Amino acid sequence: MNVIGAAYAAEDAGHGGGHGGGGTGLPDPMHQFEIQRIIPLELFGYDASFTNSALFMVIAAVLITLFTLFAMRKGALVPGRLQSVAELSYEFVANMVRDNVGTSGMKYFPFIFTLFMFVLALNMLGMVPYAFTVTSHIIVTFALAAFVFIGVTLIGFWKHGIGFLKFFVPSGVPFVMLPLLVVIEVISYLTRPVSLSVRLFANMMAGHTMLKVFGSFVVALGLLGGWAALAFMVAFTGLEILVAFLQAYVFAILTCIYLNDALHMH
Amino acid sequence: MEAEAAKLIGAGLASIALVGAGIGIGTIFGNYLQGALRNPSAAPTQFANLLLGFALAEATGLFGLVVALIILFVF
Repeated sequence: MNVIGAAYAAEDAGHGGGHGGGGTGLPDPMHQFEIQRIIPLELFGYDASFTNSALFMVIAAVLITLFTLFAMRKGALVPGRLQSVAELSYEFVANMVRDNVGTSGMKYFPFIFTLFMFVLALNMLGMVPYAFTVTSHIIVTFALAAFVFIGVTLIGFWKHGIGFLKFFVPSGVPFVMLPLLVVIEVISYLTRPVSLSVRLFANMMAGHTMLKVFGSFVVALGLLGGWAALAFMVAFTGLEILVAFLQAYVFAILTCIYLNDALHMH
Repeated sequence: MEAEAAKLIGAGLASIALVGAGIGIGTIFGNYLQGALRNPSAAPTQFANLLLGFALAEATGLFGLVVALIILFVF
């Protein structure tokens, strides 16, 4: 009990008791999502501190840049191991864009590739113990999704002019139904950034909360009973790595689908 | 009823959304297996759609979880 008590005391020292977990004796699973200022900074009355969230975004961007530059530095005809990984990820996203948007969408391939690699790197970095998961914050994913949404809408209007509004009028329905259906279509279009961002955020946050809760079970059950929980933890960690990849994939593929809607209107 | 108790009950009710996610994920994987066993050669081409459907179904359950967390921590 002493070891467990010490571990919980160390947890508790970092935060002021937490919100919901009070009185249960287990560490607060929400503690891992706390944002800490590393370099405090105030700009024009706004808090623009360099936080742990920003730090991990920088790490992700630097890692992707270094990886692609280093892997492709030789550009050999017969690729080595690293170059294979870089080529595989390129081909993976390129095929995704080609299948979902068509060849006319390859213009936007650099953006989709960047988006996919960035979200993937952030999700995977989050799986490293003690690392911060940037995508478990709604504001980060919402910013990404809002950028995609606004960009895609602008592309639609730029491509089709005011005719893009026809996108909201489904064809082949009785005239009487149109007012209702148009409203539904507009609402479903407007909820796209919300569902896109909440999907990624909720998956990452729920996964990490679950890992933390099961991790605290391992400690609480001790040497005797902790093994069962530990086996669960290993399985869940595997599942979370799958989800981390899957959510990056889904984010990218939905961006492709939205882009396709804007470029080709159904 | 105390507000605190109502909050906890509400959060518990909100997590019922996971029932739907469970049904959805089961349907997707079950139907994929059914299709894949009937026509194994077509199965790999639909694997991307399987993952997409899985992620979309799982996300709707997690929306319920988000509602539960909002009830617990925001109000």
